Amino acid sequence: MIRLEDLTKKFGSVIAADRINMEVATGEICILLGPSGCGKTTTLKMVNRLIEKTSGKIIVGGRDTDTMDPVEVRRGMGYVIQQIGLFPNMTVEENICVIPRLLKWDDAKAKRRAAELLDLVALDPATFLHRFPRELSGGQQQRVGVARALAADPPIMIMDEPFGAIDPINREIIQDEFLRMQKTLRKTILFVSHDIDEAVKMGDKIAIFRAGKLEQFDTPNNILAHPANSFIADFVGQDRTLKRLRLVRVEQASDRDAPSVRETDELGRAHALMREHRSDSIVVLSAAGTPSGWLHEEDSSGRMGLVSSKARPLPAVIPADADLRTAVSLMFTHGMAWLACVDRDGRFIGQVTQASIMRRLGETYHELDGASAVPIQHGAVA
Amino acid sequence: MTKEMGAAIAIGRLSKVRLPVRGLMIAAGLVVAVLAAQAMDLLDDIAKRWDDIAFLSVQHIELAAVSGGLAILIGVALGVVLSRKAFRGIAEPVMQTLNVGTTIPTLAVLALSMSVLGIGAPPAIFALWLMTLLPIVRNTYVGLLEVPAHLVEAATGMGMTPWQILWRVELPNALYVIFAGIRTAVTVNVGTVPLAFLIGGGGLGELIFTGIDLSEPGMMLAGAIPTAMLAVTTDFVIALVTRLVVPRGVMPET
Repeated sequence: MIRLEDLTKKFGSVIAADRINMEVATGEICILLGPSGCGKTTTLKMVNRLIEKTSGKIIVGGRDTDTMDPVEVRRGMGYVIQQIGLFPNMTVEENICVIPRLLKWDDAKAKRRAAELLDLVALDPATFLHRFPRELSGGQQQRVGVARALAADPPIMIMDEPFGAIDPINREIIQDEFLRMQKTLRKTILFVSHDIDEAVKMGDKIAIFRAGKLEQFDTPNNILAHPANSFIADFVGQDRTLKRLRLVRVEQASDRDAPSVRETDELGRAHALMREHRSDSIVVLSAAGTPSGWLHEEDSSGRMGLVSSKARPLPAVIPADADLRTAVSLMFTHGMAWLACVDRDGRFIGQVTQASIMRRLGETYHELDGASAVPIQHGAVA
Repeated sequence: MTKEMGAAIAIGRLSKVRLPVRGLMIAAGLVVAVLAAQAMDLLDDIAKRWDDIAFLSVQHIELAAVSGGLAILIGVALGVVLSRKAFRGIAEPVMQTLNVGTTIPTLAVLALSMSVLGIGAPPAIFALWLMTLLPIVRNTYVGLLEVPAHLVEAATGMGMTPWQILWRVELPNALYVIFAGIRTAVTVNVGTVPLAFLIGGGGLGELIFTGIDLSEPGMMLAGAIPTAMLAVTTDFVIALVTRLVVPRGVMPET
């Protein structure tokens, strides 16, 4: 847990951070977001004491960091920076072992840890342990940078635009890997970014800064749905509703009651189901329960025979754990008003339709997982 | 002719281990000198002086080793100190002073040194030390300043102490530049030691200058050729040490 209380930094007469109050719960990723010069990096670096605060309090894991030595504070936090900062004079293994060695770990244990961490960040230890940083690509270097920060298993990570210098394709990949790791690691993470898309994707909470002030501190969904002021609305962009698509999984917006028929059913049954659901189409399933095609109303009305004789091919299905952005993209690609949604085994579990997506985005207060439907108060925490 | 070609091939091989242009030029000069000596039938003349050459070479090496060794120790230390944050204010003026110092001719330094310390080895060692010191300080200072700031930031953020950052991050990454300074300075030092003879410091200069005075080319070459060989060998040895000591990740890629 990280709590900032009235945290303030003045450089001469310039107030770089003005009475910042926020709290990041254990296991959460909090994105510090804003245009350059807004105070997000200053705030971040005050937490690991690279910049000394002017006033206020920083409580980490229940301890006031003023009572601790800066070196002690930093060793309890993994630090990842945009320039990566791998030491060119050391191999990948030596880089990862820097902190374990500072902490006087046994050599064999440190080396085991290095190999384990490379595995975790999806680099083959046998290939990479003994390479030098300059022999790696930017993406590989930043993976090592993350591994190095994780070496001593600190409960907290401080990340300063960690993926900012990586090309867009690799950035997506490394972000996905990082989120996958975070699912099991449950670190408390402060993460500076200037990219709203990255913030929406990575953050459990987003803190938006402007001119040293914390303008809004909330979940990504709430910030996109209810920007506290016009600055934030502008900052998150006119297309903020589209950005919310990313935050919702297909299964959360799918219509579970959507009808379906078997290939071996009569066309008449398909027709009756469509009328019953006031739908002009229906999904056709194979014997295994996987979507194999679809029928339009006109295919079935007043006709005899088996469904399989008239079924049209399905251009695409969507996995239930995909996000709505992917779903909408597929719909536009194939000119469909709906998609059949499938579980991990490819079995049909419902439909996601343009109407069901709109319904879902219209719900403005909810926890994303629907577990606790408590309204979250929004608005600036100044 | 074949000898010349053989030498050229040998030089070609040496250059694979990154022998510098300067070394090549000295070596080429050496070949020419040997040929000239042959032509003038001076080899016997030189060989006759073997005992002198051996004795004076040892003296020569001592002068270079003591002055160079002290220059490395103090130069690197001074460079490190000047590159520290606390000394940022005075570092530039000090470096400027050192730069001006470098422009004073070695002979003048020797003369000044003698006027203060008298004659013999100590003033010679002092003058050589001073001359060798400057490039080493400068390269150490510049090498450390050129270590990217984000490496130091990363190291600090990871919880390294300033001392640990210096030893594990800054110095290893500046080592190539530091060694480049040492290599230049010490090689020039070895080639300058003959001047020590002028203030009674000994070394191979004794043969060179006496040979010139007596118009005895054999004696002069008996001093000059070993001096050149010592300089080339020194340069080569420091290049090898650089390869061994500087981390592979820091060496410039070839």
